[in-house]
Amino acid sequence: MSKTWVVIPMYNEATVVGKVIEGLLGTFPNVVCVDDGSRDGSVVVARNAGAVVVEHPVNLGQGASLQTGIEYALQDPQTDSIVTFDADGQHRVEDAVAMVERLRTESLDVVLGSRFLDSRTKLTAMKRLVLKVAALQMKLSTGLDLTDAHNGLRVLGRDVASRIQLRQNRMAHASELVHQLAAFKVRYVEHPVHIIYTDYSKAKGQSLLNSVNIVADLFFK
Amino acid sequence: MIFIVQLVLVIAVIFVSLALMRGGSNTRHLAIRRLLLMVFAFAAAISIFLPDLLTRVAQFLGIGRGTDLVLYALIFCFFVFMSTTYQRFRHSEFALTLLARRMALDEAPRPWLEDDRPRLQAPVKQQPTAASGSER
Repeated sequence: MSKTWVVIPMYNEATVVGKVIEGLLGTFPNVVCVDDGSRDGSVVVARNAGAVVVEHPVNLGQGASLQTGIEYALQDPQTDSIVTFDADGQHRVEDAVAMVERLRTESLDVVLGSRFLDSRTKLTAMKRLVLKVAALQMKLSTGLDLTDAHNGLRVLGRDVASRIQLRQNRMAHASELVHQLAAFKVRYVEHPVHIIYTDYSKAKGQSLLNSVNIVADLFFK
Repeated sequence: MIFIVQLVLVIAVIFVSLALMRGGSNTRHLAIRRLLLMVFAFAAAISIFLPDLLTRVAQFLGIGRGTDLVLYALIFCFFVFMSTTYQRFRHSEFALTLLARRMALDEAPRPWLEDDRPRLQAPVKQQPTAASGSER
């Protein structure tokens, strides 16, 4: 009863997702990619790399993919923890391993990755400011004092994972997740992680303008 | 005096808009919206025959011309329409998400079962989202 599933939401990531999966499989034998209607052959790449692929028939958004991946992992009765991991290669497997270890040894409900607990991750000043403001807004509205509100690397214990219901299909799911964690009064800890900003992830990643969409999504639930 | 009436009007518009926006699609709100629509249609018909009446109502409310009153009513109706349409869209989007998710999960392989074949007969795990989504 100590099986970990890694959930990777995937949308048109054929060029990188294979490497990400191969990197994970050495440590985490159970990897599920939730394909959100990719049109670039990501499904074949992910399957060949050795992951289970769950395919959305239409594009629904990253939040919906995460929820699908979590529900898939929970179908396995042996699952005790679920890692959420980005498909673009910005997370490190070592961080995920350390976070799962911490969840088990410190008997926590949730371990959240944070790029602001040490100085390894290099960010532009503007991006840092936006993420800081997002974290502050979240602290004011949920009471959870997080340093990094929008980090895709998390480890969820089985209990918490089965209670999470993400309804925000698009990017606001990160905030929604924190809101629900706050409502459940979980035992959580933030773990320092290193985000690797490659040219690919920079190009794929959210533009700062998208933060407008995130705020709008949250207001008009 | 005019200022006070304007203030009251603005507050009323905001309050009613918010109430109608938040309520969503339950039957009481639907009834209120239909009543408002009837009042609006009635007033529009009356104003065709008695153009002065509308202007007098408008002046009583401190707005000025009757056409302005119609414009305000139109804007108000537009906002209500926009918010209800948006909510309906969100609900159908959520239903689509649940449907797509169920399909995706049903088709996915389950390596933890030694023999993957009998999963079609295996009891499908209860999914709480499916029930909670339909009622709103």
